[in-house]
Amino acid sequence: MSASVLFDAPGPRARRRHALLTVVGVILLVAILAVVVRKMYTANQLQASMWEPFVTDRSVWRDYLLKGLVGTLKAAAISIVFAGVFGLVFGIGRLSQLAPVRWVCGIVVEFFRAVPVLLMMIFAYFGIYTQTSFFSADTAPLAAVVTGLTLYNGSVIAELVRSGVFALPKGQGEAGLSIGLTPSQVLRSIQLPQALTAMLPALIGQFVVILKDSALGYAVTYGELLTWSKTLGSAFSNTVPAYIVCAILFILMNYALTKLATLVQRRLSRRGRAVVATPGALTATVDQESTLGGEDVVQTDPTETGR
Amino acid sequence: MGDILSTYGPDILRAFWWTIKLSFFGGLGALVLGTIAAVMRVSPVAVMRFIGTSYVNIFRNTPLTLLMVMSVLGITYILGVSLSQDITQNAIRWAIVVIAVYHGAFVCEAIRSGVNTVPAGQAEAARSVGLTFGQTMREVILPQAFRGSIAPLGSVLIALIKNTTVAAVIVSAEAASLMQKIIENEGGSFAIFAIFALGFVILTLPLGVGFTSLSRRLAVKR
Repeated sequence: MSASVLFDAPGPRARRRHALLTVVGVILLVAILAVVVRKMYTANQLQASMWEPFVTDRSVWRDYLLKGLVGTLKAAAISIVFAGVFGLVFGIGRLSQLAPVRWVCGIVVEFFRAVPVLLMMIFAYFGIYTQTSFFSADTAPLAAVVTGLTLYNGSVIAELVRSGVFALPKGQGEAGLSIGLTPSQVLRSIQLPQALTAMLPALIGQFVVILKDSALGYAVTYGELLTWSKTLGSAFSNTVPAYIVCAILFILMNYALTKLATLVQRRLSRRGRAVVATPGALTATVDQESTLGGEDVVQTDPTETGR
Repeated sequence: MGDILSTYGPDILRAFWWTIKLSFFGGLGALVLGTIAAVMRVSPVAVMRFIGTSYVNIFRNTPLTLLMVMSVLGITYILGVSLSQDITQNAIRWAIVVIAVYHGAFVCEAIRSGVNTVPAGQAEAARSVGLTFGQTMREVILPQAFRGSIAPLGSVLIALIKNTTVAAVIVSAEAASLMQKIIENEGGSFAIFAIFALGFVILTLPLGVGFTSLSRRLAVKR
């Protein structure tokens, strides 16, 4: 519902009120900025020497930020692949004809969605990988990050797959069965392809979660963007600018991904396809407007459909 | 599992009590901030909309870990803004502030998505039978919007409870850091993980069930 329906065309009194609110808003904005700038100025964080290295010194990017960026993207990319496989396997498992398979997959998925990602990472790293020689000391942090991200986001994707299939019109499956396909053939060649298309925007939204949560790797000493920004801050004694640049990089990456998700969603709904919202996914790092519980709560995402 | 519980039982309970406290105060703050931001985002004043949108876009896209680390290592140590003389207290208060500010962005989106579930025809119908703006809001839009935002708000709360673990990077009182300590002392065993995981399942599962049934019961039939 757009604001234009909610509000009348403003009359003279409303226009005065809006002008007043605009002034208040501008003052608020300026006040916030002024406090931030003042604090940073008195702490000498606005000196040119604090910011210069980002433009003049190549090693800032080569030895720190790009390394961190590569670390973040590597962890995120591996996790996305693994989580996709995990999600597909367990999502199909939850749709299985065999009740025990459904239960086991259901318990696994619900469990990993309820446990904080950081808890999984810390246990995987300190509890398993550093105490066994399964991974070398260099790769153990990466393995821990990927483990945590895969288990949690894989479970969310499994829910997406399931709710995507449930969201399809019943006739799709029935038509397949009536022309003599087996249930698994129906799932594979009729339901899954449509479900996967419908869940694409929610899937990209989940990638934002993965990218953002890879920063949790900081807690298990994984060399990702945040870790390297901290090192950069100590090396050039410009901690605050380093964090700010790190935040900007994260915001840019995530904002671009979110925009991509919106774009895909628009395209799909223009083609008249249903779109699946993230089911109760808010969990690790809340994302997207989503529904709770996951049980067949499938809805077209209300905010993006321009209703 | 038995010896861990007998040795660390009180510590574990204390850690989860901290988790609950962080969730409660953080959640309260997030609700306030999110509601204000949501009002700003649907308001007819462009500057207000800009402030609301910027807030949501900045904090929704920044990792919580980064905000936590920045609050203590950056804002307290370098900019000198501390919330308490005591180092531990300062970290805990910053953790609550960060949790509130971060999740406020998601609360805003949850409330806004509730407003968005109300079909435009409802507002048009209300106006066409002669209700004023205030009446339209009070009698038609907000009751439906509130019902529509229950489910997403529940998801935000559950996420918030789990995200209190991220405070572990600056606070050593809550569950995730205690688990790390126990693992360092006792060696890693699945029993330790199971205890802490179960703690979170106990905290979040009833909430999930409760919010789902509440949102179903109150759902607007369309």
